[in-house]
Amino acid sequence: MLKKNVPQDVGLAGPMREVIYAVGQDGAYEAVPSYGWDSKTVALNQAWDLILKELEAVKARVAAGELSPLAWHMTRHQMQPALLAKYARINRWRVKRHLKAGPFSRLKPAVLARYAEALGIPVADLKTVPDAPDLEFTTNRNDDANPL
Amino acid sequence: MQIPFEHRQSAHCETGVAANLLSHYGLDVNEAMAFGIGSGLFFGYLPFIRLNHLPLTTYRITTGGIMKRLTKRLGVKLHMTQFRNPRKAMDALDRKLDEGVPVGCQTGGYWLPYFPQAYRFHFNMHNLVVLGRDGDDYHISDPIFEAPVTCHRRDLVKARFAQGALAPKGKMYFVESMPSAADFPHAIRRGIREVCRTMLKAPVSLIGVKGIRKLARQVEIWPDKFGPEKALLYLGQVIRMQEEIGTGGAGFRFIYAAFLQQAATLMAMPRLQELSAEMTAIGDRWRQFAVSGARNCKGRSRAEDSYPAMAAIIRECADREAALYRELLAVAH
Repeated sequence: MLKKNVPQDVGLAGPMREVIYAVGQDGAYEAVPSYGWDSKTVALNQAWDLILKELEAVKARVAAGELSPLAWHMTRHQMQPALLAKYARINRWRVKRHLKAGPFSRLKPAVLARYAEALGIPVADLKTVPDAPDLEFTTNRNDDANPL
Repeated sequence: MQIPFEHRQSAHCETGVAANLLSHYGLDVNEAMAFGIGSGLFFGYLPFIRLNHLPLTTYRITTGGIMKRLTKRLGVKLHMTQFRNPRKAMDALDRKLDEGVPVGCQTGGYWLPYFPQAYRFHFNMHNLVVLGRDGDDYHISDPIFEAPVTCHRRDLVKARFAQGALAPKGKMYFVESMPSAADFPHAIRRGIREVCRTMLKAPVSLIGVKGIRKLARQVEIWPDKFGPEKALLYLGQVIRMQEEIGTGGAGFRFIYAAFLQQAATLMAMPRLQELSAEMTAIGDRWRQFAVSGARNCKGRSRAEDSYPAMAAIIRECADREAALYRELLAVAH
């Protein structure tokens, strides 16, 4: 890739620039800072859309009284029961049980505290599902401004 | 307190850390050279490892491998430790910092608060250098970022003890001793030979050039096997793995081309310069595949973006890479 062709498309990471190696005018390679590349942002968007969609689905099931808010927070932190079990140091089958609304509502404060610590959130937050996930992306550009 | 340290931004964390650490001790190594001597270039299509339920495609060697080979080949002695106890891990880090030694750490990127949200996924192979601290605030040279950053102790502990696949277990490393003189030509030859052998002669069909062909075949059958919607997810995942920080496929081809260029000058072998140009051209083809794939994912595919057409690009990359490695092996022998 030539230095002049290094894409500078602002993506989901906003002002952050990363390094791309490209050939300069004299034919020598240089490390060139780049804001991002639309083709890459498409793929990254796809991954986040998947996560957001799953969060919506879990939210609905929590509202229906089927799953516990813990299930939502686990999904919010892109975890599966096995990973959450490791962070909280709680047996995997117990974690799976606590994803259900009933067993979760009967949890002792000590167990709740372990989950809260594992997820890095306050215990109070663990018991509810927020209206919208606290996921913020810095996009400085309209998605349609630069069609592929 | 902060150790004076030249922070150079890099394309990839491990090579960046390696180059910055060795440069700190007076050995003139940049990222591309570290990548080449450490035999970083790779390909693996590993469907049995799943990320977000989708198969893993990797364009570089497993983490830690580059650092290990680079230091060994240049005669640098690296001290590497892992811990069970987070407090002991942080104490050991603090002690080294007090001695004025910059310390490399393997961390889970998900827990580093200075990461933009968009890049916060669970991947436990992120390398950085800790330069010092003021109370509970640690100064960090994270080679992915333009400037040094700070991170609170609480977050750093969490990152160092991230769980899941390839858990870092508090892994930290620092330079113990430097060689009196490093034999670069010898190290470069060894680095090149290993990459070529792995890419050409891996005994498994999922690795090296064979792995690239395997990916081409998979791309071709995804729409029939999974239906159009799921096929797009698989495709998106490959592109993300290819172009994202840390796994960047085309990007790694360019870093390797930069390495071949430096090697050509250092060893006065003009043929390497030509092979560098060919590697650049191959990287451009990989990027073309990403463009086609992205257009599919966005629902704006053109005639030339069909799955067979994308598979053809990947096959072309496989053929050209195979030819390049064969020649490189002969040249660098």
